Amino acid sequence: MDAILLQVLNGLDKGGAYALIALGLTLVFGTLGVVNFAHGALFMLGAFCAVALNEALTWEIVTVDPTRTTAWGTPLEVRQPYLEAQFGDFGAFLVDFSVPLAILVAIPFMLLVGVIMERGLVRFFYKRPHAEQILVTFGLAIVLQEIIKSVFGANPIPQGAPDMVAGSADIGAWFGMAGSIIYPWWRIVYFLFSVLIIGIVFAFLNFTTYGMVVRAGMQDRETVGFLGINIQRRFTIVFGIAAVVAGLAGVMYTPILPPDYHLGMDFLVLSFVVVVVGGMGSLSGAVLAGFLLGILQSFASMTEVKAILPGIDQIIIYLVAVIVLLVRPRGLMGRTGIMET
Amino acid sequence: MSTTDKTILTRRTLLRGTAAGATLLATPYFFTKGAYAQDFCNMPTGDTVTLGFNVPQTGAYADEGADELRAYQLAVKHLNGEGDGGMMNTMSPSALKGNGILGKKVAYVTGDTQTKSDAARASAKRMIEKDGAIMITGGSSSGVAIAVQGLCDEMGVIFMAGLTHSNDTTGKDKKRYGFRHFFNAYMSGQALGPILAEEFGSDRRAYHLTADYTWGWTQEESIKNATENLGWETVEAVRTPLGAGDFSQYITPVVNSGADVLILNHYGKDMVNSLTQAVQFGLREKQANGKNFEIVVPLFSRLMAQGAGEAIKGILGTTNWNWSLQDEASQAFVKSFGQEYGFPPSQAAHTCYVQTLLYANACETAGTFLPTEVISTLEGFEFDGMGNGPTLYRAEDHQCFKKVLVVRGNENPESQFDLLKVVKEVAREDVTYDPSIFGGELGPNVVKTC
Repeated sequence: MDAILLQVLNGLDKGGAYALIALGLTLVFGTLGVVNFAHGALFMLGAFCAVALNEALTWEIVTVDPTRTTAWGTPLEVRQPYLEAQFGDFGAFLVDFSVPLAILVAIPFMLLVGVIMERGLVRFFYKRPHAEQILVTFGLAIVLQEIIKSVFGANPIPQGAPDMVAGSADIGAWFGMAGSIIYPWWRIVYFLFSVLIIGIVFAFLNFTTYGMVVRAGMQDRETVGFLGINIQRRFTIVFGIAAVVAGLAGVMYTPILPPDYHLGMDFLVLSFVVVVVGGMGSLSGAVLAGFLLGILQSFASMTEVKAILPGIDQIIIYLVAVIVLLVRPRGLMGRTGIMET
Repeated sequence: MSTTDKTILTRRTLLRGTAAGATLLATPYFFTKGAYAQDFCNMPTGDTVTLGFNVPQTGAYADEGADELRAYQLAVKHLNGEGDGGMMNTMSPSALKGNGILGKKVAYVTGDTQTKSDAARASAKRMIEKDGAIMITGGSSSGVAIAVQGLCDEMGVIFMAGLTHSNDTTGKDKKRYGFRHFFNAYMSGQALGPILAEEFGSDRRAYHLTADYTWGWTQEESIKNATENLGWETVEAVRTPLGAGDFSQYITPVVNSGADVLILNHYGKDMVNSLTQAVQFGLREKQANGKNFEIVVPLFSRLMAQGAGEAIKGILGTTNWNWSLQDEASQAFVKSFGQEYGFPPSQAAHTCYVQTLLYANACETAGTFLPTEVISTLEGFEFDGMGNGPTLYRAEDHQCFKKVLVVRGNENPESQFDLLKVVKEVAREDVTYDPSIFGGELGPNVVKTC
């Protein structure tokens, strides 16, 4: 029982990441009709917002101590964290909360990246075949990850969660099974965060005039244009919002997985499978499929399951995708006419 | 009997006879040496000799590859008589003169393995066929090392492996043209086992998470054998896909498995991720079977340890070499490398530097670049002054035998590089094994053309 509960929790936080990335991906596809293979790179860029802020907050004043030398004979550099030295406890607090604080950095940065990406490159490929869109956005993803590698190196860079949520919660104790279900606090925070972001995106699209116009544009772009609305500009903003969602998912994921330049590629293929299973262009489908595949992947990794079906953990997502596409070719919640000629 | 009938052997006759005999005996060799010397792959004909450095320049191990490349460039510098000489000053015995190799200036070409076997073979082939590399060296993965070693053996070019820890490299996949200075998984097990018993007792239940490829398999087998010989029980050994990223679904079953030790047979990014996440799941604070739950990482790398941050503190493992060693050779290398680049070398850099010097020294000792002669010189070569104490390049499997370091993640690091603390230097005798246990055949020592 406790093993099952643990895998459900695993699936939920993993699914949260899948759902957030897939949500942005399907939003871009639904509005602009672009298959954006650089979306994983946006997730990675978001993660590196957290890294960059942390490095800025832990910036050190380097002085040379001529009385001491390194093992290779040069004078020893003494490093003193600037923020902690200048602001004491408040400085330490800022450093401790660098990951949540990075959200404030990531929102404008990712919005800017998204808008520049759409205006500077993607818009030239709206009317081009999907294969060309894939090639150009994949190329962009490689460029972005190589830039990150040249700045931050190839090794993963650890980011800590704030001390107050750095440990583990004894969830079992809440149900009278103390010690049996231990789960990291930050993963619970991540799941709640993903639910919050998904809720905000849905609320924005469903309960604001702006969102209503965007949804109308997704249904019938031409008619919305006839009404005198510059739908293209709104779609550009939607691209930026999708980039922000991916970026925020990346920021908050850093304490779970130390980010490196390749982080986006690791999630990209999975996220596309999530979008396809959920139904191309379907926002609720992407969220549903994200959580569903996250949970299934976790269960497939259980020793008991692998004893019956060896290697199932490595193919489960693709197996489910094949079955869903055979049974429901448009995905779980796909709409008619999307990617159909 | 008259004196005229006697055969008179004067000193002059003896000297003439000896000289004539020696010339006569040497004549066939004198002619044939040149004849077959033309037939080996990439025989240097100009005033330079080209070495091929095949390291990961892109991909997950790019930082480790960059450090390997730094070490190679430093070795080339030292071989050509530039810089302070580093471990050339401490190596013993040494035929190196600081004037290149056999009087030829050392040049080099580089290739990118991408930590992919096919890409690594392609770049090695390019360096051999197009750039005329006489020796290939490098790599940060056993899969790559085994693939490139096979290629080099086919083409008759010596391969001095970089960082490769699988037993297979000098076991079932060993080749006559391949040599490994780095230690292996079996040695890690032999070195780590007694320390684990000392620290955690002999009544333990271990759970293995293992990277699902050649290195992971041999590491798991070696550590299982070593710990089970101590009386430990293996509860479960679970294979995880390479580059799994999120290991939570593999870590959660550990919590209630009845195990009280988690052994992470992971390296690189997998190690960083699985260790970080195991710590996040509270395993280090956990009590199981009335004991503190422990985590062990059998193969440590300082470069990788940086990625795990705080999670590495207090964790036991093994390493081939660490910059904090105080012997004269290690200090000479650290000084030389640190002055050149501003930070200490990694274990990958160390093994690559040593391999380059060993190859150059073998050529100097043999007096030729002819691979068969160089191989014969390296086989059974005993040396010291390279940072690991007295070392043997065993002839039977081309594996180096030397001290192995058991290390612990440093609880109180004094600098960003001070991540590992040496717990024990395990003697060479304690990690030596019978070469037949891992099978494999070296193949014949014959000259090949490429």
